[in-house]
Amino acid sequence: MTDNWGFVVVFGLIALSIPILAMIMAWLFRPHRPGPIKQSTYECGLETTGETWIQFRVQYYLYALVFVLFDVETVFLYPWAVAYNQLPLFALFEMFLFLAILALGLVYAWRKGALEWS
Amino acid sequence: MNPQDGLSPPAATALRAALDQALARVLPEQLAGPTADVLWWALLGTLILAVIQVSMLYATWLERKAVGRIQNRLGANRVGKFGLLQPIADMVKMLTKEDITPSGAHRWVYNLAPILVVPPAILVFAVIPVGAGLVATDLSVGFLFFIAVSSTVVIPIVMAGWGSRNKYALIGAMRAVAQIVSYEIPQVLSVIGVLLMAGTLSTQGIISSQGVAVPPYGSFPGVWFVLVQPVAFVIFMLATVAEIERSPFDMPEAESEIIAGYHTEYSGIKFGMFYLSLYFLTIAAACLGTILFLGGWQAPLAALSFIPGWVWFSGKTLLLVLFFMWLRGTLPRLRVDQMMGFCWKILVPLALANLMVAGLVGKLAKQADASPLFTLAGFTLANLVLVAVAVWLLVAWRSRVGGPAVGLRPPTVAEGAA
Repeated sequence: MTDNWGFVVVFGLIALSIPILAMIMAWLFRPHRPGPIKQSTYECGLETTGETWIQFRVQYYLYALVFVLFDVETVFLYPWAVAYNQLPLFALFEMFLFLAILALGLVYAWRKGALEWS
Repeated sequence: MNPQDGLSPPAATALRAALDQALARVLPEQLAGPTADVLWWALLGTLILAVIQVSMLYATWLERKAVGRIQNRLGANRVGKFGLLQPIADMVKMLTKEDITPSGAHRWVYNLAPILVVPPAILVFAVIPVGAGLVATDLSVGFLFFIAVSSTVVIPIVMAGWGSRNKYALIGAMRAVAQIVSYEIPQVLSVIGVLLMAGTLSTQGIISSQGVAVPPYGSFPGVWFVLVQPVAFVIFMLATVAEIERSPFDMPEAESEIIAGYHTEYSGIKFGMFYLSLYFLTIAAACLGTILFLGGWQAPLAALSFIPGWVWFSGKTLLLVLFFMWLRGTLPRLRVDQMMGFCWKILVPLALANLMVAGLVGKLAKQADASPLFTLAGFTLANLVLVAVAVWLLVAWRSRVGGPAVGLRPPTVAEGAA
């Protein structure tokens, strides 16, 4: 196993160059005839009404909060999973306790209605 | 293809040696080594990029043909024989199409989004091994790298939705974020069960810990993880389809509701970049499924291992890509509330239970020093029990609330429906 992060950096630069090159090529080939109607917001032919950049419904943020809880949990689960084969039975039950506490968190969010899309 | 891992194909090793020699002649000693490294990496990177670019172009062709056949149509058949040149024609069209920027858009955010959406989708291929020794870089945290990099596409998607200053685009972007971050949880939780068995995060290591012996590279005990953990495989596939926003989980770009979601305002090559990124991610997701559950580049039987690993890997990946296309051709789109309810109320608890069962059965089998066949039987039994309990709970839940389970039906007036 070789941790070759140098390659990741070089490959990342190559990956970034692809969209930039594509944009430059398109800029060379494409026509450019802007107009006020053409540049209006596309909402199925209707005039756009009201402000677009508004405060968004809270439901999305509740999901984001529950997500953070579980995402941090999985970060703790990775080292446990990798070391699993060397761990005694006791460590398994410790991890079960950890999972149970998080499951309790999910149950709490569920009962509080954070998972309802209403 | 990493020269240091001792498993590179002879041609790659020879090429690398020739590169080293050529540079040693023209450059001073301190510079020759690093320059050779960087040039070699650039060469490898370009090769990988060429392969995935061609795969992506023909994945779009295959999708048109496959979905066309499912819907009793012919699919693309005008440009070239069997429509084989259609992807090229599409590319030319995108390059020459006028670029329209809405006058209300935030120019920087709007133009940066299609540039930033592509690199993560390409970068994940750095850790995908297509054969024994055929991996660009075998990071010890390979799987974590894949998940971390692929989930960053959320940021350009929000940028696109916000920068467009279009209500449909904004709704699409918000849906995409909610969906991608939510389904990441069951996806990762189901894979941790596999990591328990493999004991490593390296993609090459995960493949080596399953499958049959491949003569020159030593023998590996065990079987494919899809047989050991079928429930984890199903959860993983469902969550992955949602992660890459493919039908039936394509609410972020549901054309019947919100035009085209976050890329409503994009035209020409900028739309092309979103399209490119999504297809790259689809192929990458199929590769990941192959690595984690289908034994990667390993042959299903030792007798078949004379066929090179990359053939097996491509074949299995192609099967999973076709499976994604089959889903798209068959299933109708879900509703947003159904989709979120399915994730948090069914997939996440099931994935947690599956992880506990996998941990317990694996440890018990080890403590009892069970034979591989007996261990496999134990896992099969445990998975069957898990499915039975899950179905029983769902049925009980359904009979209590009446009608489909909560989250899988529209809210009633009593629950606050408008």
